[in-house]
Amino acid sequence: MKQSTAADARSSASMSRNRSTSGLSREQMLELYYYMRLTRSLEERLVNLYRQTKVVGGLFRSLGQEADAVGSAYALDRSKGDILSPLIRNMGSMLVQGATPLEVIRQYMARGDSPTRGRELNIHFGDLVRGFIGQISHLGDMVPVMAGVTLSFKMRGEDRVGLVYVGDGATSTGAFHEGINFAAVQRCPLVVVVENNGYAYSTPLSKQTAARELKDKAVGYGIAAEQADGNDVIATYEATKRAVDRARSGGGVTLVELITYRRKGHAEHDNQSYVPPGEIDKWEKTNDPIDRYIQVLSKDFAVDKTELESIDSRVKSEIDDATDEAEKSPMPEPKDALVGVYADPPEEKPLWFREGVRAAVEVNERPASWGTHDG
Amino acid sequence: MAEITYLEAIREALFEEMDRDENVFCLGEDIGVYGGAFKVTEGLQAKFGEKRVIDTPISEIAIIGAAAGAAHMGMKPVCELQFIDFISCGYDMLTNYVATARYRAMLPCPMVVRGPSGGYVRGGPFHSQNPEAAFLHTPGLKMVYPSTASDAKGLLKAAIRDEDCVLFFEHKYLYRRIKEEMPAGDHVVPIGKARVAREGTDVSIITYAATVWKSLEAAAELEKEGISVEVIDLRSLAPMDDEAIVATVKKTNRVLIVHEDTRTGGVAGEITARINELAFEWLDAPILRVTAVDVPLPYSPPLEDYVLPQTADIVKAVRRLAAY
Repeated sequence: MKQSTAADARSSASMSRNRSTSGLSREQMLELYYYMRLTRSLEERLVNLYRQTKVVGGLFRSLGQEADAVGSAYALDRSKGDILSPLIRNMGSMLVQGATPLEVIRQYMARGDSPTRGRELNIHFGDLVRGFIGQISHLGDMVPVMAGVTLSFKMRGEDRVGLVYVGDGATSTGAFHEGINFAAVQRCPLVVVVENNGYAYSTPLSKQTAARELKDKAVGYGIAAEQADGNDVIATYEATKRAVDRARSGGGVTLVELITYRRKGHAEHDNQSYVPPGEIDKWEKTNDPIDRYIQVLSKDFAVDKTELESIDSRVKSEIDDATDEAEKSPMPEPKDALVGVYADPPEEKPLWFREGVRAAVEVNERPASWGTHDG
Repeated sequence: MAEITYLEAIREALFEEMDRDENVFCLGEDIGVYGGAFKVTEGLQAKFGEKRVIDTPISEIAIIGAAAGAAHMGMKPVCELQFIDFISCGYDMLTNYVATARYRAMLPCPMVVRGPSGGYVRGGPFHSQNPEAAFLHTPGLKMVYPSTASDAKGLLKAAIRDEDCVLFFEHKYLYRRIKEEMPAGDHVVPIGKARVAREGTDVSIITYAATVWKSLEAAAELEKEGISVEVIDLRSLAPMDDEAIVATVKKTNRVLIVHEDTRTGGVAGEITARINELAFEWLDAPILRVTAVDVPLPYSPPLEDYVLPQTADIVKAVRRLAAY
């Protein structure tokens, strides 16, 4: 069911698209390519680090979804102070807002100088100055938060827009419902991007919702809807741009459904046994967002191979440099764990049995296993 | 009989209870074809079908609320929360609706809410939580948190047969790390009964879940120093086994309470108050606690190791008690 919906959207989106309306310069078109390539290559580097056991926790990929994250974020205006909040497959959107490969790698490697100082995992980090707020694991929670962020824009009369990403799965949560409804009532300058990649962990869209299309949910909230082929970066940009413009001009909330496909598992450990045979292959061969964009760039904009190759090599060297730098980063000091729960006091006191001990594990840890079984 | 893991013991309980009673059914995220994030329910849908093993949307309020409704009608729902950290999303349903149902409306709520809990796995702040303290304060909910494979099986069977809502916490660090042979037959462990995990005479450690194993490690080390440690595994947190707590206090007169959850407002505080009320005159030393420090659980290994209770901490605390 998912496949045909996506295929239909893809064909109708490309038929109706008028490229001249995007208003993007050639330079911007190449920048979109750069961010998509950076997203993919950085994740590939993280896979290498994961296999070397240098990534401490799980690894989340957005393979095949780079266009929707990059194209949608690109519709925001960083010079105006627009803010977004990504979900786990939107690293590309964070890169557009200025997150760096070094930050991402340090974060995955749990280093002491990572953006969260080793407290949080993967791309769960943010920066209000550059305009992105880190997500938490609880899905949908960022929708009410971004309702509040954009409510403050409205209250202060600021010319700023907010954008929040959720997946198809998060549309089933109470937080999504309450957040989008409140933002709609308040006519907040908020864009809610629903990234429909067909699966929430193992759960296909048909078990997530009985709605015919996720964009239909907008009707019930009394807000505008857009839908685009999420594997077409320009279509994604254009649909999101319309929503951003609507928000900025006082038109309130828009739900933007971007249709794409999750080619990797929920996280690196997931073997995708639940996916029908051939489905992933088909998307990889016929609907890769980067391959498709290269076609567009070369056919319609006369971008030649060497130009793209030079971007690719720039991306590679940026990632190489970031990896080298991150490998040199220190792990946090154990007692850093005590810092930052409150503004005042700035630091918790160590428990009495830890006084004078740098870390308990230095004294007597870690047994191979507990109990009777070495798992 | 072959040894099975803590995880397999939970799965075995689900199979047996669904076989035994057709009113038992499971619902949760990714529990069907996929078999759950940790594969606890693997094979369950193949055997019992989609009607009795239901893949839900990402909706903890609906999972818990629908379970309550079905329970009113005589069904025996078993909810899986993908990680127990997501129980907070259903907090309203559990505390306001489920916990009060019998008392305010004479509505039975025989249901189980189970999920992978606990840290020591580099899971960070949202995949490592221990939520028991939040619900200990809610009359109307029972809570169990087993540390062994046989208790995991026996307590889950008891929870499913119970007439009220039972929160069943499963420690994910223990899932595949401990193994044991299951007792023969219909193995049911009564809710509300603690277990002596190790006999001792000098100091008592009262604990539950993963820190039972840390405490046993500490006890083995302390034995070399001539300190005899008794380890009480509470198994059930609500209701709590006051009798077992008082018995061990009377035996050793020195108590250390160990839990993985954070310190302030934690279960240890409640146990301490009970001992004060029930057995104060039997104490030869102040009651001490080894717990996590009061911070959200961080991801990076040096930080997580620092925050969570470790064997060395328990050893240190027992030595201090033994010196009284």
